[in-house]
Amino acid sequence: MFDLDRWQEIYHVLSKNKVRTFLTAFGVFWGIFMLVIMLGSGKGLQHGVTQNFGDMATNSVFIWTQQTSLPYKGFPRGRGYNFENEDAVALAHSIPEIKYLAPRIQAGGFMQTNNVIRGLKSGIFNIMGDYPAFNKIDPLNFISGRFIDDLDIREKRKVAVVGTRVVELLFNKEEKPINQYIQIQGVYFKIIGVFRSKRTGEQADQENQNIYMPFTTLQRTYNYGNAIGFFSITSQDDIPVSVVEEKAIRLLKQRHSIAPADESAVGHFNLQKEFDQMQGLFFGIRLLVWIVGTGTLLAGVIGVSNIMLVVVKERTKEIGIQRALGAVPRVIITQIMTESIVLTTFAGYFGLVVGVGLLELINYLLGSTGANTEMFVHPGIDFSVAVTALTILVVAGAVAGLIPAYRAISIKPIDALRYE
Amino acid sequence: MIRIKQIHKSYVTGQNSLHVLKGIDLDIAAGEMVSIMGASGSGKSTLLNILGILDDYDSGEYHLNGLLVNRLSERKAAQLRNRMVGFVFQSFNLVSFKNAMENVALPLYYQNVPRKKRNLIAMEYLERMGLAEWAHHLPNELSGGQKQRVAIARALIGNPKVILADEPTGALDSKTSLEVMDLLQEINATGITLIIVTHEHDIALRTKKTIRITDGNITEIIMNN
Repeated sequence: MFDLDRWQEIYHVLSKNKVRTFLTAFGVFWGIFMLVIMLGSGKGLQHGVTQNFGDMATNSVFIWTQQTSLPYKGFPRGRGYNFENEDAVALAHSIPEIKYLAPRIQAGGFMQTNNVIRGLKSGIFNIMGDYPAFNKIDPLNFISGRFIDDLDIREKRKVAVVGTRVVELLFNKEEKPINQYIQIQGVYFKIIGVFRSKRTGEQADQENQNIYMPFTTLQRTYNYGNAIGFFSITSQDDIPVSVVEEKAIRLLKQRHSIAPADESAVGHFNLQKEFDQMQGLFFGIRLLVWIVGTGTLLAGVIGVSNIMLVVVKERTKEIGIQRALGAVPRVIITQIMTESIVLTTFAGYFGLVVGVGLLELINYLLGSTGANTEMFVHPGIDFSVAVTALTILVVAGAVAGLIPAYRAISIKPIDALRYE
Repeated sequence: MIRIKQIHKSYVTGQNSLHVLKGIDLDIAAGEMVSIMGASGSGKSTLLNILGILDDYDSGEYHLNGLLVNRLSERKAAQLRNRMVGFVFQSFNLVSFKNAMENVALPLYYQNVPRKKRNLIAMEYLERMGLAEWAHHLPNELSGGQKQRVAIARALIGNPKVILADEPTGALDSKTSLEVMDLLQEINATGITLIIVTHEHDIALRTKKTIRITDGNITEIIMNN
């Protein structure tokens, strides 16, 4: 219920000493402002770093071959070997925890000579042989066309998916690359898809120079026999990828006569572990921000509580009159707590709005100036965080008003009346 | 209306105990107009505060309108003050940020009477005080006499059984004092019990009965004609 008299009194109390009210409000304003800015910047940092992962499934592991470091079953140490097509079949059959299995083989690109030619134009690009599953593990952003499909694999079609940088270098601006042919290491391929990387910065530039073709096509066309470069594997959604990682390595060691204790023969990289570490780091940052932010906020709220104590002292006589005329303690307590809540909430809300506004401005400037912001993307705070902060403010305001309110009614009405 | 039996009251400050009221017996009938006189420190204000449920007493009994008033919770006390007692103070004690009408309406605010209704009633009382045109003025825009009349209207609006006036003319010049006393007499004529604390003889003389307090005891009750 709207009570005009109550608001009249609040206005009177808060406007009586405007400078004091402003300074008190500023403490709360600054607390919430800092909290918003710090949380938002943390978020920006997190966005920036996680965007470097693109849309890559974080529950993935990559496994490749290295030299053995232990002699085993008559083989000497220092032996090199290759994964083979049969390994892929074995992995898929004996490890049910695998969701996607994408063997890959790479051809050229690192040889520093022009390996891709179209008419008079040429360039050096990374050539990958992939299975359709790869686009599930590390999805690309398709501008036109499609990724490799099962039919391409089965029929070993000479088709290629190219990045935007490849298109830029091999085609004129007005040309449409789809269904055009390019010569890759001496063999003609039809372009069936053009993509742009979902990553940012240098990693994106790198990926945009990739050319993907069906795994089977690459193996056969360039005489790789049945060799596999490396495996990308993701686990089923509810299973940690480390389980798959361990099982896959054990199986591969067994199939290639590698000592079970050999730590270096099978190279592997667990993205989940990396990702979890990063998440841990960001959790730490967030925790720190909350501690510092709420600390600042607390200082502001204590300021409010202090001022409310002063206000109560100044108004002792007035409160005495009200009580003599029949104001029950609840009326006085509610009044003082409302004043405190109004002050904190108003100042805090203002801090929230200004903080979010500043973040939006930074966001806008980052976007419009095209600054290279690989590490800082889309600063901002979640709506739920904003609501939490406001709830904290209201509660803090109430708590700040509590002590002064009880101080006000702890004085006997007669003493309050006599107070000068 | 008011029955007091053997009321004792001491103020304790540290080691010292000051025995202010030393066994007061007093009966005031409904509709009486009584003045309490005494030197400062005699205990007359303390007595008035106890009568107004603003202060506790140590021992004895105080019946107000047949109800025993003793160690009430602050909530109960506030409600009882609101319904039974009207206060008129020497220094008026108007709320500075409320205009005359809002000040008068204040006791009804604590009874949760809707704003429109209580302001309407407050206007009636201000009209009775001849202050209708000052209704929207703040206290600091009113003269002393006007302020005291606003305070009297405020004391009346809750339909109290008793009005307690603590030196109601203490801050007024003699002409306004007379006007205020006329007003109080008129109010008493409507049947409301009126108790005035004063140290001025001519004020006391205008009440029907003067109670003199010396050193915490009632030493004299004078009937005035």
